[in-house]
Amino acid sequence: MRMASGLQQPFRNAVLILVWSWLLLLVLVPNLLVIAASVMTRDAGSFLSLPLTLDAYRQLLNPLYLEVFLQSLYMAVMTTLVCLLIGYPFAWSLSLMGPRARILLIFLLIVPFWTNSLVRTYALKLILATNGLLNQGLMNLGLINEPLRLLYTEGAVIIGLVYLLLPFMILPLYSVFEDLRKELLMASHDLGAGPLATFVHVIIPLTLPGILAGVMLVLLPAMGLFFVPDILGGSRNLLVGNVIKNQFLDARNWPFGAAASIFLTLAMAFLMFAHRLSKRRIGEEGA
Amino acid sequence: MNRWLSRSYLTLVYLLLYVPILVLVVFSFNDARTGYEWGGLSLRWYHALFGNRAMVQAMWNSLWLALSAATVSTLIGVLTALALHRYRFRGKQLLNSMLFIVMMSPEIVLAISLLALFLLVGIQLGYFSLLLAHVTFCLPFVVITVMARLSGFDERLPEAARDLGASDFTMTRTVLIPAIMPALLAGWLLGFTLSLDDVVVSTFVGGPGYEILPLRIYSMVRVGLKPEVNALGTLLLVFSLFMLMLSQWILIRSKR
Amino acid sequence: MLQTLLSLDNVSKAFDGKPVLAALDLDICDGEFLTLLGPSGCGKTTLLRIMAGFEQPDTGSLTLAGEDLTRLPPERRPLNTVFQNYALFPHMSVYDNVAYGLKMEKRPREEIHKRVMEVLEMVQLQNFARRKPHQLSGGQQQRVAIARAVVKRPRLLLLDEPLSALDYKLRRTMQGELKRLQRELGITFVFVTHDQEEALSMSDRVVVLRDGEIQQLGTPREVYERPANLFTARFVGETNFFPGRITSVEAARLRVDVMGLERTLQLPRFEVSEGESVNVLLRPEDIRVLGPDDPQGLPGKVIERNYKGSTLDSVIELADGTQVLASEFFDEDDPAFDYNLGEPVRVSWVDGWEWLLPEESVAAAPGDVDEDG
Repeated sequence: MRMASGLQQPFRNAVLILVWSWLLLLVLVPNLLVIAASVMTRDAGSFLSLPLTLDAYRQLLNPLYLEVFLQSLYMAVMTTLVCLLIGYPFAWSLSLMGPRARILLIFLLIVPFWTNSLVRTYALKLILATNGLLNQGLMNLGLINEPLRLLYTEGAVIIGLVYLLLPFMILPLYSVFEDLRKELLMASHDLGAGPLATFVHVIIPLTLPGILAGVMLVLLPAMGLFFVPDILGGSRNLLVGNVIKNQFLDARNWPFGAAASIFLTLAMAFLMFAHRLSKRRIGEEGA
Repeated sequence: MNRWLSRSYLTLVYLLLYVPILVLVVFSFNDARTGYEWGGLSLRWYHALFGNRAMVQAMWNSLWLALSAATVSTLIGVLTALALHRYRFRGKQLLNSMLFIVMMSPEIVLAISLLALFLLVGIQLGYFSLLLAHVTFCLPFVVITVMARLSGFDERLPEAARDLGASDFTMTRTVLIPAIMPALLAGWLLGFTLSLDDVVVSTFVGGPGYEILPLRIYSMVRVGLKPEVNALGTLLLVFSLFMLMLSQWILIRSKR
Repeated sequence: MLQTLLSLDNVSKAFDGKPVLAALDLDICDGEFLTLLGPSGCGKTTLLRIMAGFEQPDTGSLTLAGEDLTRLPPERRPLNTVFQNYALFPHMSVYDNVAYGLKMEKRPREEIHKRVMEVLEMVQLQNFARRKPHQLSGGQQQRVAIARAVVKRPRLLLLDEPLSALDYKLRRTMQGELKRLQRELGITFVFVTHDQEEALSMSDRVVVLRDGEIQQLGTPREVYERPANLFTARFVGETNFFPGRITSVEAARLRVDVMGLERTLQLPRFEVSEGESVNVLLRPEDIRVLGPDDPQGLPGKVIERNYKGSTLDSVIELADGTQVLASEFFDEDDPAFDYNLGEPVRVSWVDGWEWLLPEESVAAAPGDVDEDG
């Protein structure tokens, strides 16, 4: 829609200048700064100095940090898998409910999302602590004799991440299940495919974009939400996010923190690319 | 899938999602000091909460920040959505992708990049730096919400208004803005909640001069249990529930 | 006869390098009902949008009663539009929709009220003023859209396929309603449609458009009975074409060999000479189906019979495979009338009912013509 009118041009230009400068100054420039920081030398006084170096990237491969990264990646992958395993049947079941029930159920799903995530993580602590509710309950039932050590473990961090991120897996899955036409399943059965064959050949391929979108929305934050290990994981189960935070705020090693963050950005780019590809495969234009 | 099976499964997952929240709410009225045992009903933690001046100050700071961040991001977001919807311009695709990237990238990446910027430019960490950062991460959500509304919008309506004698500006005021009003309000509420909830970005760009609620909670829960947090969490829960219901009500009412 | 109200001079428009309108001239008379008729993509909607001001022509100018409109934005043009899907403001009541244009003129409140109620009464919606558009039926929404446009008393009303969203019966009613309104208001109507029946029944004049060019401009009768070319003939109503070859040209008449049949026809308006090929056009209702032994027809056999109530439509296949459509008034007293499928017949017509067109490639006429909306 293009219209020539005296009023429109200045208005349009003002809006475009405002938006562009906001995004350039607060998105593009800062990201370029991070890239620049990652190839500079650490400096005690002004954080950064010349010469340019790839030391920070070399440091990423230092066994000490590599171990933290692999541990973080492992926990993120586990979180994603658990979310997928819980979320996939959940989204499917949800899509089979009546339209009115669905509105209510979706509402119930996003209430936690709108609730302060720190507070929710803290609530988990009440349950998982050594003398917390879960241990008390299990002991009262006589299932265990002494409290299990749940808090400050890898498992606690994964539970915390799953708890915070599950809606982000379910919502994209739900939207693909909602679009999945029932006739396709009937057609598959009609053509002689059993439930398993239908699942493998029809349902999985058609819900793949939802799966990948969910993975993208869970895997990346699962490496960045540093407060979850801080509250539930103790000092041994760190995320990439904890490393970045420590390097920036405590150790003041900016090049290293920046390099770690670029690692996360690259992971994001890779996942976004996979998502686009999967959407194109089933003939939808990727957003 | 079996109907009965799928329903019980849904129920189970909802239970798991809500049990921690319920525990939190129940324990906020717990009189016991230790936090794990039930010591009878009491409002002592709510009293403790509001008796703590620094805490109350942090609440006001957070509310004010969320209010201003949501308002600024809604203003800019609505204008952006209108520009993306109505005008053809060079770099439109780039603008779209930048918004998408802001939304998708891990918060911590945004956080350190903004910290780097603020320190380089010499912006003191405090209210202003928090505002800039919060507006930036709320912006894509507002744009998306408004764009979704505009995409279902009849292209002939603006033309009809022009045809009947409205200038471009009058048309925007009398036709476009009322049409996107529900999305605008929903976007504002979303921005408000995101800002109120944010820990990651605020940890980096916040300063000691302007303490906000999530950071205060963070420092409290890192070590041990603090029963006041139960009370605070309950209040926040009720507040978010109210905001969410408000935004859903606005959206549903607008669809009729 | 009438004064020119809006005149378009050398108007052309291209989108992304693709021409949509080609150097078009058109004069619209004051008070007439003019229809722009053509298949989708012929440029009729673009032409309307240029008149309304939503598009700028690449070349040419628009003049309304002596005033140059070309560079004027839509809100400052003294003409209004009824949009295809009505484009009623969903967040305003019927009253506020209709009042919108008057508010833009900053009329006093009492005048607005008086004029809105007047026009609502005219479209019989005075009791619906407080309703929202979504609480109205399609026909009622249509009437609000018309009321909203005419309340401003425009010099010219542009209607962009305003009836296309209505069902057949309602469309018929609204066609009558629109004609009545136009007579009562005395406003010039420019009406866009791809429905030739609608165009013929409502208009004072019809403009047939194709690929951004005017094919013919004339009264419905002229367009139907004396089409300017094969495209118009095919687009406006059903037509049968017979290839003919001129055997001799006389003072006032012409002898033509039509598929082996020698016929004497009237001299056409274009230059003809002996030995030339021409197209002989006949509307289905001009075709006579005769018995197999009749000497003056072309032989063929009935391959389709469709009873249409007042008429009986037949498709007759001639020896060379040409299919002829005949539409005859139903006459149950005529025993010879009822032919069976496959029965041999002959087709003919009354001399003088045919229309001649010069030879042009028949195949070039578009096959993607919209038959009906």
